[in-house]
Amino acid sequence: MEAFTTLTAVAAPFDRLNTDTDQITPGRFLKKWDADWENVLFHDLRFTAKGREKADFILNQKPFRDAKILVCNTNFACGSSRESAVHALVAYGFRAIIAPSFGDIFFGNSSKNGLLAFMQDAAVCAKLREQLHADPGATMSIDLAEQSYTGPDGTAYSFEIDGFRKHVLLNGLDDIELTMQYEDQIAAHEAGLKQEIPWIVGE
Amino acid sequence: MAEPRTMVEKIWDRACILTHDDGQSLLFVDRHLAHEGSGRGFARLRAEGRKLRRPDLTFGTADHYVSTKGSKLDDITDPDMRERVAGCGPNAEEFGVTFFTLGDPRRGIVHVVGPEQGLTQPGLLMVCGDSHTSTHGALGAFAFGIGSTEHYHVMATQCLWQRKPKTMRINVEGERGFGVTAKDVILHIIGEIGAQGATGHVIEYAGSTIRAMTIDERLTVCNMSIEAGGRAGMIAPDETTFDYLKGRPFAPHDADWKTAVALWKTLPTDAGAVFDREVTIDAARIAPTVTWGTSPENALPVTAKIPDPSAEADAGKRTALENAIDYMGLTPGAPLTDLTVDGVFIGSCTNGRLSDLRAAAAVAKGRKAKTPTIVVPGSGQVKAQAEAEGLDEIFVEAGMEWREAGCSMCCGFNGDIGKPQQRWASTSNRNFVGRQGPGVRTHLMSAAMAAAAAVTGRFTDVRELEENA
Repeated sequence: MEAFTTLTAVAAPFDRLNTDTDQITPGRFLKKWDADWENVLFHDLRFTAKGREKADFILNQKPFRDAKILVCNTNFACGSSRESAVHALVAYGFRAIIAPSFGDIFFGNSSKNGLLAFMQDAAVCAKLREQLHADPGATMSIDLAEQSYTGPDGTAYSFEIDGFRKHVLLNGLDDIELTMQYEDQIAAHEAGLKQEIPWIVGE
Repeated sequence: MAEPRTMVEKIWDRACILTHDDGQSLLFVDRHLAHEGSGRGFARLRAEGRKLRRPDLTFGTADHYVSTKGSKLDDITDPDMRERVAGCGPNAEEFGVTFFTLGDPRRGIVHVVGPEQGLTQPGLLMVCGDSHTSTHGALGAFAFGIGSTEHYHVMATQCLWQRKPKTMRINVEGERGFGVTAKDVILHIIGEIGAQGATGHVIEYAGSTIRAMTIDERLTVCNMSIEAGGRAGMIAPDETTFDYLKGRPFAPHDADWKTAVALWKTLPTDAGAVFDREVTIDAARIAPTVTWGTSPENALPVTAKIPDPSAEADAGKRTALENAIDYMGLTPGAPLTDLTVDGVFIGSCTNGRLSDLRAAAAVAKGRKAKTPTIVVPGSGQVKAQAEAEGLDEIFVEAGMEWREAGCSMCCGFNGDIGKPQQRWASTSNRNFVGRQGPGVRTHLMSAAMAAAAAVTGRFTDVRELEENA
């Protein structure tokens, strides 16, 4: 997994409210383990039924094509647990998503794939999106260690992230190895389970 | 005396192995549910030379990609989908997992099968790679959906890293009106609190309306917690829960039953425990409800009119309303009951249980469907029970299709989808753009309301049909 340290990149505004993960990766593309995620991203918002680009979709506009930061609206990536939503954003090139709130499952999935997702007030997100619309192709900079970023106008902001997510992202870590450091505690819990609720445990 | 705790805190404390200073906890998973989507996890275990840590706590069923038109593998015409389903049996055998594959009479939608088989039990921490895992909370489990990386992590370690969620209690009080179902209750709640009303929270549903509900009804309510943004939804176990579970295949038996019930009785939230948020809903105000737009929060009584976006002051919300009205092909101010439907889907983990099929059959009986209608039982067991009661004959006589169990049009993964611009009445849980096929317009409602739409060809207040019955 690619570590996330600092990033300076083009940011795109994504105004849609309550964007569900069906919009990020429509269900019909999920039957293959390895789809062309880069082109599945936002497929039905991005392409016509005949596969042509919709000119009004934000990522089809030239200055935003290379965006690596997406500034979103409330309840981004709600709905289905499909982790392909994260895979597709990452495959397209996104490294960071900023929104007033996220679907809980997407939020959990994001850091497992090196995608930094963090929350900012709705007013701040709205202002950033407005600035990005007004200055297409403007960049933003994020410093994860410092938990800070600069808006397209150079204004400095800070953000919250819990220590574990930050650690995993900064170091590109795989959770399983971290977890297995606690093998003794897990085994002790399993022994207790056999005492406490023996009927769920197999022979 | 110990600090009063909520139900989810009690389960959390029991399942918690350790907590770091930053608040991340390592939780043990008591039941891990799998489906066809788990094939990738099994392949990764194989590739990385890892073991499935607890095959005895892992259970699977094929549901998302199965055909509802036939019960054989060859009925799945798409090769990718067939491969997904075909992999279930061999994976289960290799890793020692109980897996209800094609041909197993217990096979069905994972969230229908879990409770039905007694796999779902009060006090258990349960996860599944599917967002509607919140369903299982109806029996007092703490159950939530996870993504594929976490799913794999549970396969390998039987544990998950989580941060303690916030808690929210939704009290629904009073008697439900005539013709008002559990689906109407949850759609009304989402309409009130919004699609992100419970984001970051575990919901506990309480109050006299909830207490009076059957387990099937509670499952419907908890199922759609995710549509309100909730991490999970739960209801305190009570005698209704114990009666439901007693004798089910994977429920505790004999001496264990007594121990289990005693343990389960300690689970309900203590008096004085504090929730981060609390909401009260008056059941008397709930009418048969349908969604009109492309977010589950766009829920209105069937007697209402399509909203007018120009009345919305907030520009962002106004745009969202305008887009929804455009996609759904609606006219602001028009009555919902003016809308005609092109198809009806009755099924899913929300409303695919026996009681739902009974409710739909009661409306369909002696009437004819005016629009294509597919009825998909939630599981093989539900199908068998419905057939034993003759419900299948009622549906077939009404001109409806009686299908094999599976997720079907709820997610449309198996190819059961509508055509662009068609308007569907659906008992499922999501009305998202394109969810039931590109361009398809989905309206969510109860099984009785969907059956009423089928036999009248338009959105109909089911109370009118039921009163005349």
